[in-house]
Amino acid sequence: MDRKEQAKLIKERSGTDVRKCMKCGKCSGRCPAYAEMDIKPHQFVSYIEKGEVEKLLESKSLYTCLSCFACVERCPRGVAPANVIEAVRQEVVRAQGGNKVQAEKIPETINEAIPQQLLVSMFRKFNK
Amino acid sequence: MQKIGVFVCWCGSNIAATVDVKKVADVLRLEPGVVISETYQYMCSENGQALIRNAIKENGLTGIVVCSCSPRMHEATFRKTAESAGLNPYMVEIANIREQCSWIHKDMDEATEKAIVLGRSAIAKLKLNAPLTSGESAVVKRALVIGGGIAGIQSALDIAEAGYEVDIVESSATIGGNMAKLDKTFPTLDCAACILTPKMVDCAQNENIDIMTFSEIESVKGFVGNFKVQIRRKARFVDEKKCTGCGVCMQKCPSKKGKNEFNMGLNNRPAIYIPFAQAIPNVAIIDPEQCLKLKNGKCGLCAMQCQVNAIDYTQKDEIIEREYGAIVVATGYKPISLENFNEYGYDTYKDVVTSLELERLMNAAGPSDGHLVRPSDHKEPKVITFIQCVGSRDTSGCGKPYCSKICCMYTAKHAMLIREKYPDTEVHVFYIDVRTPGKNYDEFFRRAVEQYGVDYIKGMVGKVYEENGKLMVQGSDLINNEQVVIPSDLVVLAAAIEPNPSVRKIATMVTASIDTNNFLTEAHAKLRPVESPTAGIFLSGVCQGPKDIPETVSQASACAAKVVGLLSKDKLKCNACVAHSDETLCTGCSVCANVCPYGAITYVDKEFRIGGGKTETRRVASVNEAVCQGCGACTVTCPSGAMDLKGFSNKQIMAEVDAICKR
Repeated sequence: MDRKEQAKLIKERSGTDVRKCMKCGKCSGRCPAYAEMDIKPHQFVSYIEKGEVEKLLESKSLYTCLSCFACVERCPRGVAPANVIEAVRQEVVRAQGGNKVQAEKIPETINEAIPQQLLVSMFRKFNK
Repeated sequence: MQKIGVFVCWCGSNIAATVDVKKVADVLRLEPGVVISETYQYMCSENGQALIRNAIKENGLTGIVVCSCSPRMHEATFRKTAESAGLNPYMVEIANIREQCSWIHKDMDEATEKAIVLGRSAIAKLKLNAPLTSGESAVVKRALVIGGGIAGIQSALDIAEAGYEVDIVESSATIGGNMAKLDKTFPTLDCAACILTPKMVDCAQNENIDIMTFSEIESVKGFVGNFKVQIRRKARFVDEKKCTGCGVCMQKCPSKKGKNEFNMGLNNRPAIYIPFAQAIPNVAIIDPEQCLKLKNGKCGLCAMQCQVNAIDYTQKDEIIEREYGAIVVATGYKPISLENFNEYGYDTYKDVVTSLELERLMNAAGPSDGHLVRPSDHKEPKVITFIQCVGSRDTSGCGKPYCSKICCMYTAKHAMLIREKYPDTEVHVFYIDVRTPGKNYDEFFRRAVEQYGVDYIKGMVGKVYEENGKLMVQGSDLINNEQVVIPSDLVVLAAAIEPNPSVRKIATMVTASIDTNNFLTEAHAKLRPVESPTAGIFLSGVCQGPKDIPETVSQASACAAKVVGLLSKDKLKCNACVAHSDETLCTGCSVCANVCPYGAITYVDKEFRIGGGKTETRRVASVNEAVCQGCGACTVTCPSGAMDLKGFSNKQIMAEVDAICKR
């Protein structure tokens, strides 16, 4: 899939209209995980609007975003930056053939505190 | 036998590019009754009109159909053309083949077919047209201005200057509006009171102006030139004619815990008070919610102290009725409520204020006598942070989708004034865009940055919280790609402005149209910006859209010019397309009179012969043709089909529909 097509898909999956953004930066002004992000919430919106996804797919922010939705709550234009980040995250973690969980490695890492349900859901989501 | 002429306009390529005008003319020529059918490039041009005039004269036409643009554009033109050729102007029908046909279709065959159908329907209607003559109505030479802010004041002064009487009806206790609360005005930094109060005094002294403060519009009846308005003069418990404004009552009043509205609630006032030193009229008013005498009958100190016996605890609201030829709506604005924006902490922290509150804090007549201190501890703030677009340009539903237009400039003003008066104060401004179109406006803003060193930060604030006695303002700095936190002593919010909420009620009373943001709609966004689509209603100031003072004053004067133009006429031509009732069908049920927005329908008892030499008296509807505006509400309500509209009769409309459906 070419990058443009991919950007279009991510845009669609996010369910938010990034063109509504007026570039005020309130999302990044509110973000509690800002310091941990290499690409900031407002930049996610901007890159997706331009159709540039390469940097986003490799961004550390995908895993530091808390999904707290403060950015969505505060956006004066009804854009949802967290949904964009989530859509990119899905694109990465659920890529076909990209198995993220291998059953044989589970016993090494397993821990009493991990609920069983989490393991089941992890397999469902991340093992293709 | 009718002789109908059809004239199909090309409108350059506006129509001719999508509609085969020649074919339309050829097909319509075959319609029964049509004796001539022609096309022309611009029918509204001098030559086009000459073509119509000649055709009417040469062929002895009894009526014409012009297939052209919307009747809103050129119906009046073609009616005059017909009249100048000796034809009754109401024997002209317009088939709208531009807005309703060529502009909305792409396919030529489809558009041409539709244009033919529209032409046929106009011909069908024309066949049932009757020549009509319009009556005349007199014009009451007095104007009403609703709202006594700078917009209302300017409109009233200009109308009065032209020699007409004007009443200003203001809902609060003094005229002056929001402008009276401002400290300085951009871009010249002159004091608002210094330029406004002379105008207020002019109003009070002008013989043609009658100021009714603490009054509200109760009802509006009538139509352009002849409005009948009921005004509620609310009880202020002080005789306006006797009170000298000495202020002794204010000093003696023991109930001093009222929120001072003029100072945006930043300090208190007594129960009996004069809003501010230069109030017009300079007359006291009692707040009945707060006055001990009015609440529980104990006190009466002010009445004892008053030298002129102006206090009257028994005063009641009074309703007066007056007639006007024109009404100016100048109801102004208020800042929006900030309950949806708790991220800025307006309701939590005392030192988060709105810009209008800051105006009072900086004003020499304000709660701190012009010395800028924080509301919480009355200390001088050393770091002040401004937040722009609070609730403006907000489509999330929390605020307003429009730009409030004035905030960029007043914030630059505030920043500059603070840096000038307190040079050791740090000033930061969070902005999304700085919008400064206007004469000397961008220069003004740049002065704030270049000369006064105000720190403008491109980005929005995400939250304000308290830490170690400081207000921490956390926001984006998009240029440096950083999240910044500014420890501040005072935070100022540029709250969006919205139309005064009373405007909705007033718009309903005067049947003026209003948009989804409660701004009144102008008759034409570009060409008739100060008129409402409702004849005789004019728009002045922010009630029509966000505006600063220079713009408001220009619009107010433009509005006055329109009012004077109307009042200078002795008679107005009435609409000829008025309702009339078929007395043989009318059952006297009164439904039509109830729906008539103009009060044009009355009932009379009339004798009718019923055969055998006998008569019976029946109650039937009668339309005052001078009052009827031809809206047609009565015709659709009438259960017996007795009401009909001249020029738009039920028969004519059915004929049009038949012509459209016929294949």
